[in-house]
Amino acid sequence: MTAPLDLDEVPPSLVSSMSARRKFKNGLATTWLVVSVIVALVPLGLVMFYVIQRGSAVFGIDFLTADIPVSRRALGPGMGPAVLGTLLITGAATLMAVPLGILGAIYLNEYGGKGRFASLVRFMSQVMTGVPSIVMGLFIYTVWVLTFGQSGFAGALALACLMLPIVIRSTEEMLRLVPDDLRQASFALGNRKWRTIVTVVLPASIGGITSGCMLAVARAAGETAPLLFTIGVVNSANPNLFDGPNTALSAQIFRNAQIPFTGPQDRAWGAALTLILLVLILTVAARWVSSRFAMKQA
Amino acid sequence: MSIDTSTELGSDERAASMQAEIEGTRRAGRGDRFFKGLALASGCLVLAILALIAGSALYESWPAFQQQGISFITSSDWNPNQNQFGALAFIWGTVLSSLIALVMAVPVSIGIALFTTELSPRRLKTPIGFVIDLLAAIPSVVYGLWGIAVLAPNMEPIYQGISESVGSVPGLGWLFGPPAHGTSFMTAGMILAFMITPIITSLSREVIQTVPRQQREAALALGATRWEMIRGSIIPWSRGGITGAVMLGLGRAMGETIAAALVIGSSAQITTRIFANGDSMAAQIANQFAEASGVFRSALIGLGLVLFGVTILVNVSAQRIIHRFDRKMVRS
Amino acid sequence: MIGIPEKAVKSMSDALPADALPSVTIPIGSAGDSGDAGAVAAPARVVFDIDDLAVYYGAFRAVRDVSIEISQHEITAFIGPSGCGKTTVLRCLNRMNDLIEGCRVEGQINYHGADLYGPKVDAVEVRKRIGMVFQKPNPFPKSIYDNVAFGPKLSGVRNRSELDDLVERALTQAALWDEVKDRLKASAMGMSGGQQQRLCIARTIAVNPEVVLMDEPCSALDPIATARIEDLMQELKAEYTIVIVTHNMQQAARVSDRTAFFTAEVNPAGDQRTGVLVEYDNTQKIFSNPGDERTENYVTGRFG
Repeated sequence: MTAPLDLDEVPPSLVSSMSARRKFKNGLATTWLVVSVIVALVPLGLVMFYVIQRGSAVFGIDFLTADIPVSRRALGPGMGPAVLGTLLITGAATLMAVPLGILGAIYLNEYGGKGRFASLVRFMSQVMTGVPSIVMGLFIYTVWVLTFGQSGFAGALALACLMLPIVIRSTEEMLRLVPDDLRQASFALGNRKWRTIVTVVLPASIGGITSGCMLAVARAAGETAPLLFTIGVVNSANPNLFDGPNTALSAQIFRNAQIPFTGPQDRAWGAALTLILLVLILTVAARWVSSRFAMKQA
Repeated sequence: MSIDTSTELGSDERAASMQAEIEGTRRAGRGDRFFKGLALASGCLVLAILALIAGSALYESWPAFQQQGISFITSSDWNPNQNQFGALAFIWGTVLSSLIALVMAVPVSIGIALFTTELSPRRLKTPIGFVIDLLAAIPSVVYGLWGIAVLAPNMEPIYQGISESVGSVPGLGWLFGPPAHGTSFMTAGMILAFMITPIITSLSREVIQTVPRQQREAALALGATRWEMIRGSIIPWSRGGITGAVMLGLGRAMGETIAAALVIGSSAQITTRIFANGDSMAAQIANQFAEASGVFRSALIGLGLVLFGVTILVNVSAQRIIHRFDRKMVRS
Repeated sequence: MIGIPEKAVKSMSDALPADALPSVTIPIGSAGDSGDAGAVAAPARVVFDIDDLAVYYGAFRAVRDVSIEISQHEITAFIGPSGCGKTTVLRCLNRMNDLIEGCRVEGQINYHGADLYGPKVDAVEVRKRIGMVFQKPNPFPKSIYDNVAFGPKLSGVRNRSELDDLVERALTQAALWDEVKDRLKASAMGMSGGQQQRLCIARTIAVNPEVVLMDEPCSALDPIATARIEDLMQELKAEYTIVIVTHNMQQAARVSDRTAFFTAEVNPAGDQRTGVLVEYDNTQKIFSNPGDERTENYVTGRFG
């Protein structure tokens, strides 16, 4: 990293010889940069404020565990089925996407390298990160739901498709940071390539991989569009991912936000607070894991 | 090792036994082949999923395209009850709301990126990075909820004020003229801007960080102010990469569904007036798909296919631009 | 495996005049030795028989015409200026070059009479027998114990006490045990460079190889750490055959029994440098009475 340039070190005589126009332009540009940062803080602050203020009014154990009222206008908690659904669906998606994504990254970095096919896969996985999440939902709807019906698992499939390229990209970047020395040392001990990868390369990069995967999970947990037509709706908890419709926090927020009555609006804010807490815990934990890992490397 | 136990053997036999030893067994290499196959299969999965998305969407939407023909994307006559599916108004809504998002997000994002690389004291860099991460971490449905419950009602009087004061001015009226609604292209664009700011910021920051120190020092040594240094060395150097970052942001904005579905107003129309109700491709799918069947459903899947195609196109171009930028970096 | 008695004989032999050595090694420096590589054929068993070796990277020929016989329980040094292909030849000996794309080996390398590059040879089996220590110390980011136990675990040693014994023996052999026995669970990344390199040696010998290849093992170390590694090599020689690449002529003179001098030849167009073997002989002869003018220029410091 280059050291930040310190303009204060420019001798005062030089600075004062500048024309007023140049000074004004420079000041204007500096203002632009500072204002940009403040402008970005405003929506973040406002959204957090409203979610905490309106969400905490209904948030509690009852809210997290009770069934969703059958009458959509009813007042009071809860979101229990959605909490369970989000955890189960996101968990199942993680179980599918993380191993496959890590294997895909291993292919790209350890086997494919700069080859033409690997470059194609790498390019396509970057393109795939840009596929709109609603398109993933439609995709799973056409290839899965039309045949097997709506279920938590269908939602998990859609989320897994969304996570896969994110996991591949972040993992490949981490694998690329593993020095070649370590691989060579392992080969020179008569270690086979696959065991070198499993026993040396992956352990050396596990911190970064974990943090990348957690960010992918956080992103998936907050997604709504892929779940809209894949999981359906229920008002009571459905612990079976493979049988019958399910629900999730994000889908409940979307439904309730559109109903202009106090009960559903409150439930939407409560669900938003729950979801944000879940996502924030994952994001902060990912930052913590990666900073711990960075310290260990140094 | 067994070398020493074979001392009594003749040299030919010794060679033969060593040959057998170092050749190993077929079984020993099986683990490697299996693992490589597994990794390769996972890599291929990406290609398979993309191909399947395109294939299945094309197959399912075929009835709508067959019935509607090219007017699917050239007509704005969308009336499911009469089996008319002209999607132009949705395409327009997607384009307009994404453009509004870009106009707002790009200056702010580049500003933040330049702030952290050129202006910020070291101890502010991590907190700012964290704020950007948090902005990216908030789920889109939460932005949507805030947008429909807080932002839209609060913006409506402001929109009306603007619309009344400049709506009759020629030119400006074209953009700001009535009607003025809380849920509109403008509100959707604002929410989208919040959502694409993190991605444009972090990519631009990465690009700007690659500007070599000598480039900055060269400009400063010539007596440039900070702004002249930014304009003279940093912007020309990182223009390609920043363009790529902006296009990735555009792709994200066009594909974003839930927040737009909640605040865009759900009324498809082609207008340049940004305070009017509108609708986008993704929002239309999200709001209508559950109740759709038959040709209507295949028309909605067709919308998804168009969206898929457009975002892929934008993303591929963005990747190409960034890739070319990377190669330029390597050469210099 | 070679037993302890022989080790005792060997260490005793260090104190004896060279020509009184037991027949394990050939007599070093016997007066009037004619000194070409052919005369090297001696009672010691030949580990590597390299015949007419050439190595290509793509179309580029990095090394040509290398013929060497390397004997058991000796230290063979490869010396020469940069870019003369000595590391390339070394890496051929345990097929590490397989990992470089476009690398092609011509000629013959026999390991105990077996063709190292035979069509069915498994490079992994080769590397289990022929270990390697690298230029830069490269411990795994694991504990000291786990670094040494890594190889044995690969070959299926699971028994805890057996592993403990193996780790202790390897670390003792690498003259590191006393320094680290109280912190075996500490990260290897916290050790000094010299300690890391001895750990890498311990890690290599823990898999019980027959040959240890060393690629400039001391180039990243200070003189004290270097001296310790050199002492260590003398001790390890009783059990292992050692081939070392070094930039440092004094080091080659101090530690090795035989020395191969390589140099780089520039082609007529002047755009390609190809390594060639100039001379291979007893170390003493190479440094006191070399047979080739280029060797003499190099060892006396007039070139390179």
